[in-house]
Amino acid sequence: MFARGLKTLSIASVVLIVGAFALVFFYAPNDADQGFIQKIFYLHVPLAIVALCGFVAGGVFGIQFLRTGDRAHDLRSYVAIHLSLILAVAALVTGSIWARAAWGHWWVWDEPTLVSFLIVFLLYACYQPLRFAIEDSGRQARAAAVFSIVAGAFVPLNFLAVRLAQSFSHPRVLSATGGTMPGEMRLTFLVSLLAMAVLFVTLWKYELTSKQASMQLRALKRRLAEDDEPWLPAGRSAAPQQL
Amino acid sequence: MRRAIAAVVRKDVLVELRTGEAVPAMLLFSISTFVLFHFALDRRSVDGDLAAGVLWVTLLFAAVLGIVRLFVAEREQGGFDGFLLAPVDRTALFVAKATVLFAFLAALELVAVPAFAILLLGPSPWDAVPELVLVLALADVGIAVVGTLVGALGIQTRTREVIVPILALPLMIPLAIGAARATSPLFLEAGAAAVPGRWLLVLGLYDLVFGLLAFAVFDFLLED
Repeated sequence: MFARGLKTLSIASVVLIVGAFALVFFYAPNDADQGFIQKIFYLHVPLAIVALCGFVAGGVFGIQFLRTGDRAHDLRSYVAIHLSLILAVAALVTGSIWARAAWGHWWVWDEPTLVSFLIVFLLYACYQPLRFAIEDSGRQARAAAVFSIVAGAFVPLNFLAVRLAQSFSHPRVLSATGGTMPGEMRLTFLVSLLAMAVLFVTLWKYELTSKQASMQLRALKRRLAEDDEPWLPAGRSAAPQQL
Repeated sequence: MRRAIAAVVRKDVLVELRTGEAVPAMLLFSISTFVLFHFALDRRSVDGDLAAGVLWVTLLFAAVLGIVRLFVAEREQGGFDGFLLAPVDRTALFVAKATVLFAFLAALELVAVPAFAILLLGPSPWDAVPELVLVLALADVGIAVVGTLVGALGIQTRTREVIVPILALPLMIPLAIGAARATSPLFLEAGAAAVPGRWLLVLGLYDLVFGLLAFAVFDFLLED
């Protein structure tokens, strides 16, 4: 059910990632101020943007789950948020490295984008503990969906509040005029962003397929053992266990 | 719906008056925190943004205590089942619980804010009382709405004492920013200045967005 187009997506993401890195290292010019270290931007910003979109997508799947009651949407929402959390950690680490190189500090508080991102990350870091703490699977799915919707709506509000509270010093790369990026940099950035987005979708589909396969395997084992009890793995998990 | 809300509110206020489980604890917690801040900051008095920060951090942590307790009776004594059996709209429970939490917060602040003014605050807040009440009321609406939602999420888990704070505090950061920034001009040593309108707007927007959201999703937390 989730495996359709996986081969094409895998090839596309490999090609795009290799292409994006080639552009970053051989095509995009070095930044006049910051030199080579500025190239972390082609990794850091796509990571952050894709992670935020993944969080919001988790909320959209949460809405669909509450509307239809279809467990597949719960699984989609879970995997999207789970992957976005991993990307978010990577975005925080790369952002910190960049801040150290560009401004001389590992962490800069008067940096609204960085601070908002940390707050959003802290909130989503509660997603797995929340799921883990609820035993009943139906209740777990509903509570997780409610959380994903509330948190998805929290993302833009939080960015607004934090930005109002602080000075404007983050480079605005995607402002209406396209910022001050020269064309080569912008092309490289857009290709990197696309590569990251395709990579995210590919990984998302891989994890969905893997989770579904292990669910099917469990169902078959159960049939083989002629066991009528719904057989669940030993120990609890934050991930959805049934479709 | 109005009668259902009134019944639940009356029940909760009555339980609180007879047992005193939430508000006295929140109050004692707040005053202990003011004393802690006195020693931790090593200050006899605070003013301006430091005063606003101390006040709001204390109030938010005290609110978390109330949020953890909010649905305990419903869970442990079967109140949820009774409510689900009654032929009333489920949103009534949300409105009633948010009203109760708002009332608890108002009762807390009625004592905790004067205590803060006596114990820690340098400049006299008398001139700024109307603005302070406005900011407190706007922030309390936000805390009540988000707190009811988080309390209803937390009560589903086995570890609500842990889940509720880690969920509620990040969700309340925009509220804390707005409330603290709106309060700090009121506590200036040189006398209260005007409250910047945009922070009231942020608080109002927060209340509106989370109010509508909670209204939309709360029902799903009650299904069984």
